[in-house]
Amino acid sequence: MPPVEAATRPGGHREQIEGSVAVARAVALARPEVICAYPISPQTHIVEGLGALVKSGQLTPCEFINVESEFAAMSVAIGASAAGARAYTATASQGLLFMAEAVYNASGLGLPIVMTVANRAIGAPINIWNDHSDSMSQRDCGWIQLFAENNQEALDLHLQAFKLAEELSLPVMVCMDGFILTHAYEPVNLPDQAEVDAFLPPYVPRQVLDPAEPVSIGAMVGPEAFMEVRYLAHARQLQALERIPQIADEFAQRFGRRSGGLVRAYRCDDAATIVVALGSVLGTLKDTVDALRDEGQKIGVLGIHSFRPFPLAAVREALAGAQRVVVLEKSFSVGLGGVVSTDVRLALSGLHLHGHTVVAGLGGRAITQASLARMLHEAVAGTLPPLSFLDLDWRIVNRQLEREAAQRRSGPIAENLLRDLGSMPAVRGADQSERAERRAAPKPARVPSGGRPTDPSDEGLP
Amino acid sequence: MTAVKFYQTGTFTVGNRLLAPEQRSVQASTERNNSLNSGHRACQGCGEALGARYAVDAAMRATSGQLIAANATGCLEVFSTPYPETSWQLPWIHSLFGNAAAVGTGIAAALKVKGRDRGEKPVRVIAQGGDGGTTDIGFGCLSGMFERNDDVLYICYDNEAYMNTGVQRSSATPPAARTATTQALGREPGAVFGQGKNLPLIAMAHEIPYVATATVADLHDLEAKVERAMAIRGARYLHILVPCPLGWGAASHDTIRLARLARESGLFPVFEAQHGEITAVQKIRHRVPVADYLKPQKRFAHLFAHGGQAGHPEMLARIQADADKNIRRFGLIDAAQEA
Repeated sequence: MPPVEAATRPGGHREQIEGSVAVARAVALARPEVICAYPISPQTHIVEGLGALVKSGQLTPCEFINVESEFAAMSVAIGASAAGARAYTATASQGLLFMAEAVYNASGLGLPIVMTVANRAIGAPINIWNDHSDSMSQRDCGWIQLFAENNQEALDLHLQAFKLAEELSLPVMVCMDGFILTHAYEPVNLPDQAEVDAFLPPYVPRQVLDPAEPVSIGAMVGPEAFMEVRYLAHARQLQALERIPQIADEFAQRFGRRSGGLVRAYRCDDAATIVVALGSVLGTLKDTVDALRDEGQKIGVLGIHSFRPFPLAAVREALAGAQRVVVLEKSFSVGLGGVVSTDVRLALSGLHLHGHTVVAGLGGRAITQASLARMLHEAVAGTLPPLSFLDLDWRIVNRQLEREAAQRRSGPIAENLLRDLGSMPAVRGADQSERAERRAAPKPARVPSGGRPTDPSDEGLP
Repeated sequence: MTAVKFYQTGTFTVGNRLLAPEQRSVQASTERNNSLNSGHRACQGCGEALGARYAVDAAMRATSGQLIAANATGCLEVFSTPYPETSWQLPWIHSLFGNAAAVGTGIAAALKVKGRDRGEKPVRVIAQGGDGGTTDIGFGCLSGMFERNDDVLYICYDNEAYMNTGVQRSSATPPAARTATTQALGREPGAVFGQGKNLPLIAMAHEIPYVATATVADLHDLEAKVERAMAIRGARYLHILVPCPLGWGAASHDTIRLARLARESGLFPVFEAQHGEITAVQKIRHRVPVADYLKPQKRFAHLFAHGGQAGHPEMLARIQADADKNIRRFGLIDAAQEA
C-alpha cells in the first residue's frame, strides 16, 4: 500500500481506522437521507458503521432500513431516490448479482444512488475473498463505476460520487477491494463536515415524485423510443467522462489531495512497458515497478480509476508511447480472457503494440511482488503469452483435466445399452431385474443442439 | 317510496348521487379525482382497471390528494403507461415486477426523512400489483415491508393468474382452473388442488395493523376499506378480487357478476382484520353453489359435462368443499340464517 499523502490544508483530521469505517464516515459526511442495509461479506462493516451513526443520533435526519435482501435494498433506494432523498447502499458479490435487475432499473430511471461494492469473487465455488468479478458483471448496466486504489481514495471517491451522480442523474458504484481495503487499518484524512457541505450541495432531483407536480416515472417504452433512451444513457456516460476529471480537480483544490479522475499514470513518461490495472493491486505494482526501474527496466503503471465510463482517449494517450502493454486484472471473462483487456485493446486499436492479458488474484489469491516481477521480466523479454494466469497451479488443473478425461460418462450409446442390459451395475433395489427388462428396449438417443447425447436411462422410468 | 328501494345502499349499489354526501361513492362525485383516467388500454370489462380506479380515487380522497403510488410490472402498468402517454393523475412510479412493496418503502422513508409524512398535508404511499407480482415474485419484498411495518398500503389486484403474459398459473390461481401452464388435460385437469397461497392470511400472520379483502362487486365496501386503511399508519394490505374476462374466459359484462358470485359462493371470503385478528366479515346474502360461479367461466369448462365430455363432478365437489370450509372458517353465514 503506498503511503497516503499528507493533507496540505488545515481542515479535517487524520485517523488510523479500518477502510469500511472510513467509507461509513465519508458516506455520513455526505448526509445521506436513506440508507439500506443488507449484510454480505466483506461489505458488512460499512453498513454496521452507518447503522451505529444513525442509531446514536450522529447522522440525522436519516432513515436506516434493514431490508430482507439486496434486491430489496436497491429497490428501497430506488423509491427513496425517486421521492427526492439522497440514497445509499453497499453490497458485494452474490448480493450485487441478486440485485442486478434493480441495478439496471436504477440507471434506466436515472436515479443518482451511490453504492459501495466491496469487490469479491462470485461462486460457485463459494469464496468470500477479493477479485473484481462482481462489479465487472454489471459492466453494461449504465452505472458509473469508480475504482479505489487505497482507503483514502475510497473515502474521497464517495464524496465525489454523490456530486457526480446528482449532477448527471446517474447512479455511481464505488468499487473497493474486499478485505484488502475494507478490512485494512490505514491512516486516512477525514474532512470536516463544513468542507464537505461546501463541496456537495443538497440533492435536487431532476424529476421527483411529488403530489404538487405529479409525474409518471418508469413508463413502458416501445421500439419507437427504446433505442433513443439507451443512447441517452450512453450520452450521459460521455458527459461523465468530462465531469469526472473536473470533479477530481475541484476535490483536489478543496481538500488538498488528488483522488479519482479517469486514469493516473505512474512512471509512464519514458516507459517501454506499461502495466494497466485497477484497484488495490496498483500499490503493489508501483512498488514492483520501482524495484524494476532500479534494475534499469523502463516500466510504468497506468491505473484506471473510472472503468465506466471507460476513458478510451485517456488510455490511448497514456499508452501510445509504449511498446508493450500488460493488462493485469482480477476479473475473467470465461471463454475469452480478460474483461478490462477488451476495453484497453479497443483504446489501442490501430496502434501496433504488444498486448498481454494477465489474470491474477481471483478469489483472493495473493498477488506478490515476486510474481509480478517474474511476469514483468517475461513481458520485457517477449516470452509472456497473450493470455496468462498469474501463479496458476497447473498441477491441480492438469490432475483434474486427466481425471475428467478418464471418467466414465453416460455419453456413448453403446455403453449405456450395456448398462441397461444389466451387464454393468447401474440399478439398485429389489426390482432390479424388472427394471432392467423394461430398459432392455433400446431408445433412440436425443442429441440436443450443441450438446452431447443425453442419457436415455434417465427418462421415462417410474 | 319506490325511490328509496331503488336507491338502496346495499351490496349491489355502486354509487348514488341522491345519498347524503358522506355516504356517496367516491366515483359518484363530480369532484372525483380520476386518478386512473380514461383512454388507457385495458380490455373491455377489465376488473383490475375498475378496482384500481376505485381504490386509488378513494385513497386520493382519504389523503386530500397527497398520495404517491408505486406500481409493479403487470397489466395495470402496461395498459396505463404506454410511453409517451400516461393515465395516472398522481405521482406514480413503476420500477420492476417484484419490488413494488420495497419501492413503496423507499418512498415512505424519503417522505419521513423530509418530514412530509406529517404536518398539515401529510403525503402517503400506496404500492400496487397483480397477484403474480404480489404472491409470487414480489412476496419477499412484501413480507419485508409488513415485517418492518412500513407506512405503505399495498393493494393486490387478484385476477388469479399471470394475465399480462398470457394467462399462466400464479400461486393465487384456484384449483382446477385452466391456465396456459395448468392445462385442461389429464386425469385432474387445471391447477392442482392444495397448492397456492392465501395472502390475506399470510399478511395477518405478520400482525400488521390492517388487512382486508374486497371485490369489485361491492365498490362501496372497497372504497370504505381503502379509506379505513388510509386512516391507519403502518403496513396495510388490501386484497381485491378483480375478474379478468380474457383470462377467465368470461363475458366482459360479467365482471361484476362473477366477483359477486365468488363472494356469494364462499370461494372468496370478504373480511377485515386488525393486528392479526379478524374484526369484520361480510356475510353471504344469497348463498349460491360454486357451480353458479364456475360455469360462466371457460377456465372451468372442463368441470362440466358438455359436447360429449363427461366433466369432473368429483373436482366440482372438492371446490364446493373448499367453499363450505371458508363459510365455516370465516363465519360467512349466520347460524340462524343457515338453519
